Amino acid sequence: MGLLNRLDDPYEGGGIVLGKVEELLNWGRSKSDWYLHFGLACCAIEFMAMNASHFDFMRFGTIPRTSPRQADFIMVTGTVTFKMAERIKILYEQMAEPKYVISVGSCSNSGGPYWEHGYHVLKGVDRIIPVDVYIPGCPPRPEAFEEGMMQLQKKINQQAIFNKRKRIELEDSTKDESNKES
Amino acid sequence: MTAAEIFEKLGSEFGSAILSLTEEPATDSFITVDPAQLFDICHTLRDEESLLFDYMMSLSALDLGENLGVVYHLYSMTHRHKIVIKVSVSKENPVVPSVERIWRTADWHEREAYDLLGVKFDGHHNLIRILLPYDWEGYPLRKDYVTPDTYHDMKVPY
Repeated sequence: MGLLNRLDDPYEGGGIVLGKVEELLNWGRSKSDWYLHFGLACCAIEFMAMNASHFDFMRFGTIPRTSPRQADFIMVTGTVTFKMAERIKILYEQMAEPKYVISVGSCSNSGGPYWEHGYHVLKGVDRIIPVDVYIPGCPPRPEAFEEGMMQLQKKINQQAIFNKRKRIELEDSTKDESNKES
Repeated sequence: MTAAEIFEKLGSEFGSAILSLTEEPATDSFITVDPAQLFDICHTLRDEESLLFDYMMSLSALDLGENLGVVYHLYSMTHRHKIVIKVSVSKENPVVPSVERIWRTADWHEREAYDLLGVKFDGHHNLIRILLPYDWEGYPLRKDYVTPDTYHDMKVPY
């Protein structure tokens, strides 16, 4: 991280480091992501291996939460059936902003082996909630989870924090206009 | 007891309700019976001293085209013998007597068969869907099932 590297080269030789507040906040956010684990199928079993000591998922600063209110991102691991899809949507809506979604495995990415004959399977969780990171695999290896987590951290590091309300208002107003036009 | 002996024993008690015995080397031998008398036959299978089928290993249903079939895999812990019982009913009126009061295991098995193939088990105390949502329409494992386009505004096909 840029901010930490600058500790070795402080401003004018003193104890001062120059940087953006956004960088600092995003660095903190990306290194302590609490997650709501929504385990649905065999990907959740693979995620157990990811959580165990050998691969040690907590080194990323992630802590499993049992409540969506305390979670920064939701990890959808497994086959999303229509019955479950409605519950996932409710849980996602209960999460506080800023919130992220990691979709794990072929089923949750695109329906997986159920893509053609799965009358009961939602063909990708991105049809009901916006996904930030897709982890491919059936199920993915723990290394893939690590890569996915690093991609999410990268994404969080690039988030803009300042003037968020203004930007959202602007986005909403442009959306309304485009809706009116269509 | 062998399958042939069980078939003879049932035949002597129920006569024409016991339809046929099929013995093939590669599969379990099965006895086809009349669904109207199924409850009494199963009761005898469980309680008769020489049979004592106290364990229902599995209850499954299948689409046979014109008909729906229900298959019961039974095992006796005491005598260590097993038998397969099969019935078939028409798709227009797929009513089979429930064996839930004989083997408690059948409770959820019958609900699953009802859920996915629409076999109506007469006498079941709580015959509602078990896997699919309660408001699901149709029975998805039937061969003539047509997948819906949407479920609760979510698109079903890929």
